Amino acid sequence: MERAYKVYAINNGTVIDHIPTPLALKVVEILGLGSEGVFTIGVGFQSKRLPGGKDILKIENRILLENETDTIALIAPDATINIIKDGRVSEKRIISIPNRIFGVMQCPNPNCATNKLGAHRHFRLEDKEKMTYRCEYCERVTEIIPANLTAPE
Amino acid sequence: MNSFKDRDMISLRDMTIDDLWTIVSRTGEIKTGKHRDCLKDKTIASLFFEPSTRTRLSFESAVVKSGGSVFGFADPGSSSQKKGESFSDSIRTVTGYCDAMVIRHPVEGAARLASEVATVPVINAGDGANQHPTQTFLDLFTIYEEFGRLKNLKIGIMGDLKYGRTVHSLTHAMALFDAEMIFISPPSLKMPSTILSDLSEKGVSFRTLIAPEGAADMNLDILYVTRIQKERFGDPQEYKNVAHGYRIDKSTIAALGEQVRIMHPLPRVDEIAEEVDETPNAIYFTQAHNGVPTRQALLGLVTGGIN
Repeated sequence: MERAYKVYAINNGTVIDHIPTPLALKVVEILGLGSEGVFTIGVGFQSKRLPGGKDILKIENRILLENETDTIALIAPDATINIIKDGRVSEKRIISIPNRIFGVMQCPNPNCATNKLGAHRHFRLEDKEKMTYRCEYCERVTEIIPANLTAPE
Repeated sequence: MNSFKDRDMISLRDMTIDDLWTIVSRTGEIKTGKHRDCLKDKTIASLFFEPSTRTRLSFESAVVKSGGSVFGFADPGSSSQKKGESFSDSIRTVTGYCDAMVIRHPVEGAARLASEVATVPVINAGDGANQHPTQTFLDLFTIYEEFGRLKNLKIGIMGDLKYGRTVHSLTHAMALFDAEMIFISPPSLKMPSTILSDLSEKGVSFRTLIAPEGAADMNLDILYVTRIQKERFGDPQEYKNVAHGYRIDKSTIAALGEQVRIMHPLPRVDEIAEEVDETPNAIYFTQAHNGVPTRQALLGLVTGGIN
């Protein structure tokens, strides 16, 4: 029997699968999608890989750049990314956490120049296994937690 | 070639062991009378957005002694930020008035931000609880001057190891020189675990103690003392009890051995008894005085007056 689509297929754009539930809205936020284009979200699908369930995000008519898809790895390291062109998968993109993060992570140090003096947020990867980053300004090391990720500056 | 010319001095993290050797050796040359007038015709801005005595005066003395001129402000009340100008705009303006700028600011990362908008070298004279690299440079020079080497020394670092930026930077630098380190502090003010695990990963030898007496048989070359600040404790009596155990006097020196040299970034309150000042073990005033030639060397290097 043909599978009933719960999230409609797209002809062109980017499909992000295996986002841990309920982080699809967080992905929308860090990609800055809120105010532009059409996207559909499915939340809470059963998944063998993700026992807590998975979300799916389909973004129409927009091919995400590699630095954007790598940012998704910060909160959804097992996400699978398919680039769709003319109704077919044209690229299965491998993602890995970025060496640098610009804009989307807020420094948790309230006395940091990014929070006090208008410096642009910028972190460098400190430890890949521990998923820690060092703020370029105050030099404080921080773990990645979804709460610290926001819309791009 | 001078790899320092036009360089910003923001953080110990940006420095290699060769950089540290260059600063130490040029400082030694300054003290023997070389590089006179290395800041001739240079104008240095001294921008202190937070009050400081030793650091500001020693920078300003360094400029004058090297034949340069200095202008600036000693507290934020006299800057145009009070009128609402942004920090970045202040820096963008002042960069056109000088050949290098020295900045102290209470916000962590302020000096890094300044270095991004300035077109002249920026020297960090302290950014909040983050970095104070020139203090570490003068500490290293003082150690070299005293021992004739920087490698393979045994150093005890005592006091507030949790919040002290000076001890964090010194620990980072001494690790580069294969020092053996002994950290002495109350449990509530111990060295952050991130720094300790970093040292372990680099294979640096260290121990932690809760009282200076524990270091009695260790034959320490240096005991670096820092102030335990009252405001870290909610209860004044608790502060008094704790601070008393971290006070150095002649009997502590007798226990640690006559070879030990006592350092302190100053100001001290009562963590080193005045009776220690007259002993050959006390080198903290020499250390403070070395702030001037160290800053002469650094300013000379970044402005190109010293190669």
